Amino acid sequence: MGQITLEKVTKKFGDVEVIPPLDLTIEDGEFTVFVGPSGCGKSTLLRLIAGLEDVTSGKMMIDGQDATDVAPAKRGLAMVFQSYALYPHMTVRKNIAFPLRMARIDQAEQKRRIDQAAAALNLTDYLDRRPGQLSGGQRQRVAIGRAIVREPSAFLFDEPLSNLDAALRVGMRLEISEMHKRLATTMVYVTHDQVEAMTMADKIVVLRAGYIEQVGSPLELYHTPRNLFVAGFIGSPKMNIFSGPEAQKHSAETVGIRPEHIDVSRTEGTWTGRVGVAEHLGSDTFIHVHDTGLTDMMTVRISGDIEVSHGDIIHLNPRQDQFHRFDAQGLRIA
Amino acid sequence: MATQHSRSAARLMMAPAVILLLGWMLVPLTMTLFFSFKKYLPLRGGDLGWVGFDNYIRFVTSSAFWPSVLATLIIVGGVLLITVCFGVLLAILLDQPMWGQGIVRILVIAPFFVMPTVTALVWKNMFMDPVNGLLAHLWKAFGLTPVEWLSQASLVSIVIIVSWQWLPFATLILLTAIQSLDSEQMEAAEMDGAPPLARFGFITLPHLSRAITIVVLIQTIFLLSIFAEIFVTTQGSFGTRTLTYLIYQRVLESQNVGLGSAGGIYAVILANIIALFLMRIVGKNLD
Repeated sequence: MGQITLEKVTKKFGDVEVIPPLDLTIEDGEFTVFVGPSGCGKSTLLRLIAGLEDVTSGKMMIDGQDATDVAPAKRGLAMVFQSYALYPHMTVRKNIAFPLRMARIDQAEQKRRIDQAAAALNLTDYLDRRPGQLSGGQRQRVAIGRAIVREPSAFLFDEPLSNLDAALRVGMRLEISEMHKRLATTMVYVTHDQVEAMTMADKIVVLRAGYIEQVGSPLELYHTPRNLFVAGFIGSPKMNIFSGPEAQKHSAETVGIRPEHIDVSRTEGTWTGRVGVAEHLGSDTFIHVHDTGLTDMMTVRISGDIEVSHGDIIHLNPRQDQFHRFDAQGLRIA
Repeated sequence: MATQHSRSAARLMMAPAVILLLGWMLVPLTMTLFFSFKKYLPLRGGDLGWVGFDNYIRFVTSSAFWPSVLATLIIVGGVLLITVCFGVLLAILLDQPMWGQGIVRILVIAPFFVMPTVTALVWKNMFMDPVNGLLAHLWKAFGLTPVEWLSQASLVSIVIIVSWQWLPFATLILLTAIQSLDSEQMEAAEMDGAPPLARFGFITLPHLSRAITIVVLIQTIFLLSIFAEIFVTTQGSFGTRTLTYLIYQRVLESQNVGLGSAGGIYAVILANIIALFLMRIVGKNLD
């Protein structure tokens, strides 16, 4: 069990309101990702759930029980920190054993759980080392191990992959996803990386300045962003957004079209522009097109390789059914 | 960089400092060694020739020798214990956010800036005086007979005075160490269900071990040679005669330079034994 409900939760640091009244339900077994630009309050929200910060007002329930004033250790949640927060003077085994030792669980059971976690996380050979002797990825796994052995009702991750290099990040992303499938425990995951959010989440919560902009599954957010902020934030490369007469043609104040929904032609098209930088990734080509008269730069994503070079004039054909339309307030027009 | 030319230039430029340091150390040390093998009584005939190891034998067989070593060790040990324990507690207290933090921290450091002689005089006359001292008044307020600190509890008094003086040093070093503790580690321990005392024992104290080692090492070096506090308060009576003070008495009060020099060599040996001992115990914390 691990259902977490926030009711009208707010948080103020002095006079600064970091989290305005916020309602959110995280269902049992769900992988929820909080995503947003830095400073949007996503980490604060996670710390409120963990109990490391007190809520200023509002109510928090875990499994239907009021947990607003419950001490962090009593909430049955385990947290993995951005800096891993391993205890440097203890061996890996003692690090993982620490929560069990604090809970006064007997030695045999401690050993069983540690061995199980170590085996699952490929840490068996490293149990007698200190954190300082481990690589970044191994430290990350120790931090996860320390969380797993507690058998918590929910895991909280605070940007756990941001200190890893790109290749390791992809690997750990998969490991965490697999762990979620295996354990089927609630996970709350904070990140600013929308690729992590899209690939791992069952449910994404997009935050801006403490406000929830949209809650939904990754594909919901991709296909039907509720407003301009979500439209610009979700998707890589970013959606092309422009207003003006071209937008009026679609009877909207602002329209957006994703780079992958534009086709390129040498001969004819709706819009015309000059190629700036073309990024050839092999599988895809990202073309940055200038002088279209719509916006400073349009990004186009072509599957596969295409021969274009700097300065070429090309024509763009947007797929008419893929336009996102927004009104003057930036809200989606259905 | 390391060409033949630059190496000799470097040696040339280091030479003044090296020569000065060597002179500073070696000249007094050789003179002490030199005098320790002589019978040298400045007011009673001056240099009376070589006597071999007589001074060394006389110094250790004197009834004052072992008590003085013991007094030295008690003072050093007592001060270390008090400064480290209270230093850790004070450092934790000062690390808490509070109003007027800057001023409080400066006030806490203040005793370290007071000269040892002044410290001892202030304690002797303002606190520990059995008639007018603040402590005497405190005792009287509770209807008790004031303690004659410097005669009845002389070693304790010296330990208190020196601790007061060295506590700021310990606090300052331990405070900077505590401030370098990663707050996420404490939060992780909190989430792991560690109550405050366990967090202190499992996280804070191990984190401080290196700083404590440094405090112990540095303080030991300075505490072995405390002199002014004893000179100003008890003049070495009531069991407060440390090795340093005994040497002073032999050289200046008995006017026996040879005997005092032999004591000086013993003090050097004692300091080295203690240093070696400490390095062995705590050295592994420093790597």
